[in-house]
Amino acid sequence: MRIKFQIVGDTLYLFLIGELDEHYAKGVKEFIDEKVDQQKNLKNVIFNMQELSFMDSTGIGILLGRYKKCKKSGLNIYIENPSLAVDKVLSLSGIYEIMPKI
Amino acid sequence: MNKMSLRFDARSQNEYLARTAISSFVLELNPSVEQLNDVKTAVSEAVTNSVVHAYDSSYKDKEILLEASLEDKVLRINVIDFGRGIDNLDEAVKPYFTTKKEVERSGMGFTIMKMFMDEFSIQTAKGKGTKVTLVKNFAKG
Repeated sequence: MRIKFQIVGDTLYLFLIGELDEHYAKGVKEFIDEKVDQQKNLKNVIFNMQELSFMDSTGIGILLGRYKKCKKSGLNIYIENPSLAVDKVLSLSGIYEIMPKI
Repeated sequence: MNKMSLRFDARSQNEYLARTAISSFVLELNPSVEQLNDVKTAVSEAVTNSVVHAYDSSYKDKEILLEASLEDKVLRINVIDFGRGIDNLDEAVKPYFTTKKEVERSGMGFTIMKMFMDEFSIQTAKGKGTKVTLVKNFAKG
């Protein structure tokens, strides 16, 4: 599991790569929170999941936690290009209602 | 009939091992990508539950047993731990219910197992452990 980031204007892109499970949860949360806190004047956070080949409900917990945090600062969160396997877990959880798929 | 079993420490790095083992085991059925992902995800959920919930620091041996059998295109999996057991099973299987809010667990594990597999059952006993059984019929396509 790897994670990369890129900032374009007021948008933070987070690229999740590999397989996300409990083993990587803490590191992923800390990476995301650090990047969000470091950037001033952010408006959007986009999780790109094109290269995330696997995610279980651990990922749902991480996303819900980030949503709660980002909502306080008025940030919008989106999910971009989830792979088929990841999309099934995300759809089932209902998370697209709070972070739309783009 | 083919069968396998794998016993490993209840540590999060072994979730990948469990997913890989079960994937390899079902490959002889030529599963679709979706079927394979369903099985991998369900096993990952069951193993994660045992890693996160089954054992506290009072346990010296913390192990998980993954068993699988294949017969007539029916895959039957048991994920067994020997830990504390589930206090309230009715609550545990409810979507979004979790006893681990502080570490941001979603409470969706059992819901995903139920939705991704054809059959799903849990046996649990206080202080003895928990056995989750997952069944998928690959003949259904």
